[in-house]
Amino acid sequence: MIGLVHYLVVAAILFALGVLGLVANRKNLIVMLMAIELILLAVNLNLVAFSAYLQDMVGQVFAMFVLTVAAGEAAIGLAILVIYFRGRGTIAVDDVNRMKG
Amino acid sequence: MIQAIAFYLFAAVVLLSGALTISSRNPVHAVMWLILAFFNAAGLMVLAGAEFVAMLLVIVYVGAVAVLFLFVVMMLDIDVAEMRAGFARYWPLGATLAVALAAELVIAQQAWAVGGIDLARRAGPIAADKPNIVALGELLYTRYLLVFEGAGLVLLVAMIGAIVLTHRERKGSRYQNVPRQNARRPQDATRNVNQPVGVGVEL
Repeated sequence: MIGLVHYLVVAAILFALGVLGLVANRKNLIVMLMAIELILLAVNLNLVAFSAYLQDMVGQVFAMFVLTVAAGEAAIGLAILVIYFRGRGTIAVDDVNRMKG
Repeated sequence: MIQAIAFYLFAAVVLLSGALTISSRNPVHAVMWLILAFFNAAGLMVLAGAEFVAMLLVIVYVGAVAVLFLFVVMMLDIDVAEMRAGFARYWPLGATLAVALAAELVIAQQAWAVGGIDLARRAGPIAADKPNIVALGELLYTRYLLVFEGAGLVLLVAMIGAIVLTHRERKGSRYQNVPRQNARRPQDATRNVNQPVGVGVEL
C-alpha cells in the first residue's frame, strides 16, 4: 500500500535533483530557474502528502501559497534574465557578480 | 492495486523528467521535460486527494509558467554549446550536495516516524463529506483571508516588477502626444495667403 513514506521519498529525490541542477548548470540561468521550480515542486508534494496523511487541510492551503510565490518568482527571474541578456549578450552566471548598476 | 501502479508510474515519470530537465542539452527540451514533471506531480497530488492543488498546478505551470519559459528561451539567442561548459566541472560538487540533502531529509523522516514531535493537533481537519475545493475555499476565505490577499499582492508586485524591468523605450518611434494635440488651435495651424500667379508656394 502506498503511504506517506513513498511520497516523501519521491519529494526528497526531486528536491535533491533540483539542488544538483542548481549547482551543476552554472552557465545557464534558465535551467537554474527551472531547477528552482523543481525544488518548489518537491516542497509542494511534501505539503500535500502531509496534508493527506494528517487529514489536515492547511497543508493544501499553503501549497497554494507556495505555488503563488513560485509563479511570481519565475516571472521576476525571467525578467531579470532578459535585461541581463540585453546588457551582456550571455546568460552565464559565473561572472554575474560583475553586474554593476 | 491500481493505486500502487498509478503511484509508481507517476513517481517514475516525475523523477525521470526532473533528471532530464536539469541535464538536457537544449533549453527548449528542458522546458518540455519540466512540463512533463509538473503534469505527473499533479497526478501524484490527485492520488493524495488534493484535486484542486493538482488542477492549479496544471493551469499555472503548464499554462503560464512553461509558456513564459518557452518565450524567454526562444527570444534569447543563446549559444547552446557554450552553456554546457561548466557542467562537467560542477556536477561532483552538486551531486555531493544533493546526496547530503536527500540523506538529511531521509533522516528527518525516520526520526519523525519514530514519534518525535506531536502533530496530532490539527489546524483544519478534512471533513469527509465535503469536496476538496469546498473545504479549501472555506479555509482560504475565512481563516487565511489575510494571507490570501497577501498572495494576490505578491502577484501584483511581480507583474508590475516584470513589466517595469523589461520595458524599454524605443528610440525613433513616434508616440501620440495628447496634450499637445489638444492644445493645437486652428489659428496657429492655418494661415491665409494671397498667392501671386507664377510664384511657388512658400510653406
